[in-house]
Amino acid sequence: MARALINVPKIAKVGEIIEIKTLVSHPMETGYRVGLGGEILPRDIIQTFVCTFNGAQIYRADFSPAVAANPYLTFHTMLSESGAFEFRWEGDNDFLLVETASITVE
Amino acid sequence: MTTSRDLTRRAALTGAAASGAGLLVLRSTQPASATPEAMRAVMRAITGDAPVRKGRVQLDLPPLVENGNTVPMTVTVESPMTALDHVTAIHVLNEKNPQPYVVTVHLDHRAGKAAFSTRIKLGDTQRVVGLAKMSDGSFWIGEQDVIVTIASCLENF
Repeated sequence: MARALINVPKIAKVGEIIEIKTLVSHPMETGYRVGLGGEILPRDIIQTFVCTFNGAQIYRADFSPAVAANPYLTFHTMLSESGAFEFRWEGDNDFLLVETASITVE
Repeated sequence: MTTSRDLTRRAALTGAAASGAGLLVLRSTQPASATPEAMRAVMRAITGDAPVRKGRVQLDLPPLVENGNTVPMTVTVESPMTALDHVTAIHVLNEKNPQPYVVTVHLDHRAGKAAFSTRIKLGDTQRVVGLAKMSDGSFWIGEQDVIVTIASCLENF
């Protein structure tokens, strides 16, 4: 099953730019490859990644089959209050993975 | 003697022709790849009539890649990232993968810094293009050529 690794600092200062690293295990099958029996392997990718903080969307990524297997994404954000991140990956075959992380901003 | 050599030669030629045909058939089952024209069409669809200027977008990709299945990429866009002047989206496109799209990120001034890293697949030696949309509606473009020795999507292991 899919699993995600998320790296978020535990503490940040107000207005500090923090880096968030995410890695999710997923084959990202392109839909262009041919299997051993000569059949086209059906597409199975993560289509969107959304990061929300205290309920408001702060970052979104749209993936195509050209994103490598086990999608890795590092991005930045700046916070003014403590709270919780929600990371949500959605994709083909009803793929859905939601992870959370909290941060103290002082 | 000559006849048998002739036959062998003929057989060899037929064999070669057949295998050539086989190769052709194999090639035709390969997925059609995007072309530089297809990529430009997608760029036009994204930008519309807005001006596109060169610069501010930096793509950080290795110039020579051994394995196109996993290519680390960092995209950085120069921007003050204030509420009035920031990057709203970064599109990464390519010329020769089966599809011109690679990844698109949507952000706003709260990101603090318009940069992200990910890993992508490259099907061939080609140019990768980063297209950033600013909050004033303008677009900036950056490019990077990458040589790929073993392409993604082609081998099935």
